[in-house]
Amino acid sequence: MFKAKINVTLKESVLDPQGKTILNALGTLGINGVKDVRVGKYFVLNLDTSNRAQAEEHVRKICDKLLVNPVIEKYELISLEGEGR
Amino acid sequence: MKAAVVVFPGSNCDEDCFHALRDVAGAEVRYFWHKEKNLPKCDLLVLPGGFSYGDYLRTGAIARFAPAMEAVARHAREGRPVIGICNGFQILLEAGLLPGAMLRNQSLSFICDHVFLRTETAKSPFTNRLEKGRVLGLPIAHGEGNYFCSPDTLRRLQDEDRIAFRYSSTDGRLGDEFNPNGSVDHIAGILNEGRNVLGLMPHPERAGESVLGSEDGKKIWESLMA
Repeated sequence: MFKAKINVTLKESVLDPQGKTILNALGTLGINGVKDVRVGKYFVLNLDTSNRAQAEEHVRKICDKLLVNPVIEKYELISLEGEGR
Repeated sequence: MKAAVVVFPGSNCDEDCFHALRDVAGAEVRYFWHKEKNLPKCDLLVLPGGFSYGDYLRTGAIARFAPAMEAVARHAREGRPVIGICNGFQILLEAGLLPGAMLRNQSLSFICDHVFLRTETAKSPFTNRLEKGRVLGLPIAHGEGNYFCSPDTLRRLQDEDRIAFRYSSTDGRLGDEFNPNGSVDHIAGILNEGRNVLGLMPHPERAGESVLGSEDGKKIWESLMA
């Protein structure tokens, strides 16, 4: 079993209205020193395989096919932990 | 004209589309359930608005994998008209039948309003009864209608006359104050390369009878019937 943790965020070139709103709210609260906020989605996948390379390939395919819309989003595989080679 | 309205779990404008096509446009209409694969030959496919699959993941992202979508893609490939309205537009984008993607409205609010759009091209089966520059008043109701595409794609859409409608003032002027959701280049609707697939955020099916406050939506059905 491998556990994959994935972050999906809007590309830098895409304006993130939610991030902007949070940034403004921080200013309203008097919390300064934050230059930018980006909002994303976090996925945890439990993969039924004992092969690390296979697990990673699987995750990338899942991201490309479904979890990520490459027109506006990018993803980062933050960790891939588990028992196996 | 024979038309079919595709119904996904969470579609909520399917009956409005059915009504507009049958009672306003005078077409022969049937529903096409998302689990169906074999679509009887028809002239027009409509992907209605709503919240297919609860808008989970991204709007239209799950609907794209419905068995019915293969029939939709085939119908489009054969050059027959497909119109995606609101969530239907979002589904066409996710399915890759139209370029680009939808972002949350710039205001982050769900907007339910009456807006004006300027017809940008009469060269399509959806707009041939309109003339370039003609302004239509139609309702919108969406949270994610902020159309986005890469600068290259935008240039292609412009150069190939594939922007069907832009948000405008009542007299056809463009400006951020007339753009409800922050769409790039004030885009409200676009065509595919073959000009037989149209996606638009506003709802022509809700504006085809005077009792509804506007009959402008009828022009799109009339174009399709022509």
